[in-house]
Amino acid sequence: MRYPFWRLGVFLAACVAPVLWLYQAWIFALGPDPGKVLVDNFGLGTLILLLITLAMTPLQKLTGWPFWIVVRRQLGLWCFAYVVMHMTMYTLFVLGLDLGQLGVELVQRPYIIVGALAFLCLLVLAVTSNRYSQRRLGARWKKLHRIIYVILGLGLLHMFWIVRADLKEWSLYAGIGAALLILRIPMIARRIPRLKLAGPTQSAKS
Amino acid sequence: MLIKLPSASDSKESDVTPESIYLSRRTLMASSLAGLAVTALPRWAQAADPSRYADVEAGKAPGWFAEKLPSTQWQAVNVKDEAITPYKDATHYNNFYEFGTDKGDPAKNAGSLKTEPWSVVIDGEVAKPGRYALEDFMKPYQLEERIYRLRCVEAWSMVIPWIGFPISALLKQVEPTSKAKYIRFETLEDSKSMPGQRSDFALIDWPYVEGLRLDEAMHPLAILAVGMYGRELPNQNGAPLRLVVPWKYGFKSVKSIVRISLVSEQPKTTWQSIAANEYGFYANVNPKVDHPRWTQARERRLPSGLFSPNVRETQMFNGYEEDVASLYTGMDLRKDY
Repeated sequence: MRYPFWRLGVFLAACVAPVLWLYQAWIFALGPDPGKVLVDNFGLGTLILLLITLAMTPLQKLTGWPFWIVVRRQLGLWCFAYVVMHMTMYTLFVLGLDLGQLGVELVQRPYIIVGALAFLCLLVLAVTSNRYSQRRLGARWKKLHRIIYVILGLGLLHMFWIVRADLKEWSLYAGIGAALLILRIPMIARRIPRLKLAGPTQSAKS
Repeated sequence: MLIKLPSASDSKESDVTPESIYLSRRTLMASSLAGLAVTALPRWAQAADPSRYADVEAGKAPGWFAEKLPSTQWQAVNVKDEAITPYKDATHYNNFYEFGTDKGDPAKNAGSLKTEPWSVVIDGEVAKPGRYALEDFMKPYQLEERIYRLRCVEAWSMVIPWIGFPISALLKQVEPTSKAKYIRFETLEDSKSMPGQRSDFALIDWPYVEGLRLDEAMHPLAILAVGMYGRELPNQNGAPLRLVVPWKYGFKSVKSIVRISLVSEQPKTTWQSIAANEYGFYANVNPKVDHPRWTQARERRLPSGLFSPNVRETQMFNGYEEDVASLYTGMDLRKDY
């Protein structure tokens, strides 16, 4: 396994936030409505992880350090783990485990439908993220995993429908997302310069 | 064609308590309670200090408030068998977008709001328009404590002991003309002290505007509040003067009011302007009419812990159906949400 310590570092970093939030909720440090805060935190966490995952390819192009691609799958799976927590918290604390109501929400509310679609796509990516699927799907694997761009769009739309009064935070994420997509346009991707950074390439020895 | 089937919980016109009886009942309740309160409470409580409620931070009350507070009619209206929300939660979990969109932002940022001196403009269809310094504006009114449920459109709720006076008393002072059909309220617009108003990404067209039909405003439960938990209003809760209409969603209860206008046309309110399909002019608490993005059938009564979730059924008109249903007789509350 390449870069075991770097990978462990990413793993631990991704664990820190959920453990901290759950602990804060436990001791009532998240305020009087901790369930709702957890839903929001995990939702936003999912979006941020999605953006980080999408940043790996451009970063690899920029620095030439292979680690960015090595860690990409783990980040994608974390993104999926966060969205599972997001939905679990929503079902538990917003719907109060009323599964009948979940059905109603899934049919009636556009932002829930869009969110659920994004989740289904992430599920497909998570399930096919292993080597076996990569071999099995061959060239189609790459095509399939391009739906991450669709997921980004759905996720941003889901958030857009929730924040109604001030778009500052949303614009920031949408802007970063747009930039990451623009960097993938072949004409632009070809022009990403290769930086000669001493740091990362030396670290590659680990 | 609209077929209106009466549901079991609908009140008939004949069920409605005549206002005179309703009012006398209230006076009776209030005076007996006030009497009780005075005799039953220990000495410190009679001084009407914030220690009436647990963990209340002492504020710096303006002179007019400190003067009026001792004669407050305590618990003039109460809720039955429901716990009052802890002071900390009621003051650190707020929607007051002028100070930021996170629930904790108002408590963090509202310190910059300058509530003294404060003046209120009364204009429109009234016999006595004018700009009043708050201490003069408040002179005619006897303060009452009103312990009300507060139901937010976001499906959480609290129980808060407000201190204020009925809007009807104000209307008696300013004398609306026959053309006045609605009352319009406006929050302070001051981007220097209100960081939310400086945001370039805000969809709200400041200042925040809300309104009521005149008969709603005349209802004895509708009040203008100047205090809560036995003290003056903390800035994040809408100091120094705010509206409280307990049978409507919280966003109707406009904060930090600087202008009150009597108008002949239904005012265009802030949330209606942003999303008319989600926020209506009436905004009566109604478990049967969903917000397009979530159900209104239930609410989280705060604090609602992870392992002690406090989820309850939302009541029609937030539990004030008996008192206010008659205001909406013959209206289709699905259409006029």
